[in-house]
Amino acid sequence: MRCQNCKKQTATVHLTDLLKGEKHERHLCEECAVKEKITAKTHPPSINDVLNSFLMSQSVVKELGKLKCPDCGMSFVEFRSQGLLGCPNDYDVFDQALSSVIERAQDGETQHIGKSPGESADIDPIQRERLKLQRELREAVKAENYELAAELRDRLEEMHSE
Amino acid sequence: MTLDDLINSCGEWLAVGGQFSDVVISSRIRLARNLKKYPFLSKASTKQQTEIEHKLFDAITSCNFGKNAFYVDINKSDSLDRQLLVERHLISKQHAEGQGSRGVMISGNETLALMINEEDHLRIQVLRRGMNLDDAWSEINQVDTILESAVDFAYHKQFGYLTACPTNVGTGLRVSVMLHLPALRFTNEIEKVFRAAKDMKLAVRGLYGEGTDAIGDFFQVSNQTTLGQTEEEILSSFKAVVIPSIVKYEQEARQVLIKEKPAAVDDKVWRALGMLENARAISSEEVLFLLSHLRMGVVLERVKHIDLSVINELFIATQSAHLQKRYGKKLDGEERSIARADYIRDRLGRAKPSDN
Ligand SMILES: [Zn+2]
Ligand SMILES: [Zn+2]
Repeated sequence: MRCQNCKKQTATVHLTDLLKGEKHERHLCEECAVKEKITAKTHPPSINDVLNSFLMSQSVVKELGKLKCPDCGMSFVEFRSQGLLGCPNDYDVFDQALSSVIERAQDGETQHIGKSPGESADIDPIQRERLKLQRELREAVKAENYELAAELRDRLEEMHSE
Repeated sequence: MTLDDLINSCGEWLAVGGQFSDVVISSRIRLARNLKKYPFLSKASTKQQTEIEHKLFDAITSCNFGKNAFYVDINKSDSLDRQLLVERHLISKQHAEGQGSRGVMISGNETLALMINEEDHLRIQVLRRGMNLDDAWSEINQVDTILESAVDFAYHKQFGYLTACPTNVGTGLRVSVMLHLPALRFTNEIEKVFRAAKDMKLAVRGLYGEGTDAIGDFFQVSNQTTLGQTEEEILSSFKAVVIPSIVKYEQEARQVLIKEKPAAVDDKVWRALGMLENARAISSEEVLFLLSHLRMGVVLERVKHIDLSVINELFIATQSAHLQKRYGKKLDGEERSIARADYIRDRLGRAKPSDN
């Protein structure tokens, strides 16, 4: 759905106003929503903003035009127009060009420092069992099955003391 | 547990309670993940998209996320069922309106939802009532870790978890806290909220237009960046700074209002109740707007005979798909307005103190 205001960008802000008891639906892009003070200007710009401004600041459009992922066939030009990548490999294929898009979209950050799949290697089977029991307990309580809940609670307590 | 059972319950996350429940409606955490060996959805063939759904479905099933969990094949669901799930925040609008093989696994208490083939192959969502990000994070982190023992997610040394849109890359973590801020709106101090959030790279969204009477006074605070901070760091900007200060501003504004303009507050609140108790046809937007005022009255104990849980229930139960499910048939706009007003009158009638 296109923005009703500029009719160019994708509408990402959907709102319903109530004016004198009458309903008004509006669909705006981030930028137009900010202009109308419906949403606050967000710190980092949206992917559309980034890609648009990125286009303008590049005199090497032709160079970038050649970039294409051999795995999925996504070209940088196509990515630029739709804002979505084609496959994990694109992150390497589009390398530098994508890095600067990411840097701007992520407020200057370019390096992940959070969780990684390696952490799953040491998943504790006891921990997994505990999670399962906790969930079953919540559901038993919700279903008012207090007999089962008491049993599950006992088993959880046993695990704690082990 | 099936979809039709949903309309008779309220979803644990919408029950009353949790920290700051006078101001914070709910906390939500979402993780975006993609399978390593498949293209993202924009380049996945119909066959690949189906394979992705099967693979993730099998992985999720093998992880056993609770006995009462159930799967909804969104591709085979009718529009009413899809709308019902959107109204309960169990799938996104985008997921409802998407195409091809896709579905959602929902835990029996509706606090966990795993959306398959939304914008990414997998979106894990955990919901909690009130402000409860620690608990939400602990659950979603466990679910993610357990799933990782069953499937390989696309991960990059530099960019972290890879996502279809680069705005989600890194942690893939999106935190949203839903707030009810009627007093800050009433006293025109909502700017305070934007200021509190801005320095922490958080975005505030309100579903209203400037200079008009808004629907609701509901605001959502969420993080805008997903890369370069640990999950704990992202969470702590909400927990330690932004949410407590917004809550404090709202609570202070409420106290000032009660002290300085008690009649104006009561007028709003009781008018809202009067409309809800007497309307014979009412739109869902107007209901939201009136429930917002009534909620403020209940929280501030200006209205004592209605429980907050009734209001929370009405938020969900008065939406279009819920009404049509309850009546068991398609209703046009006018019929829905009448059904909605009937339902509200009935529900509030039952909440009334009896005469004896
Ligand atoms: Zn626009
Ligand atoms: Zn590719």
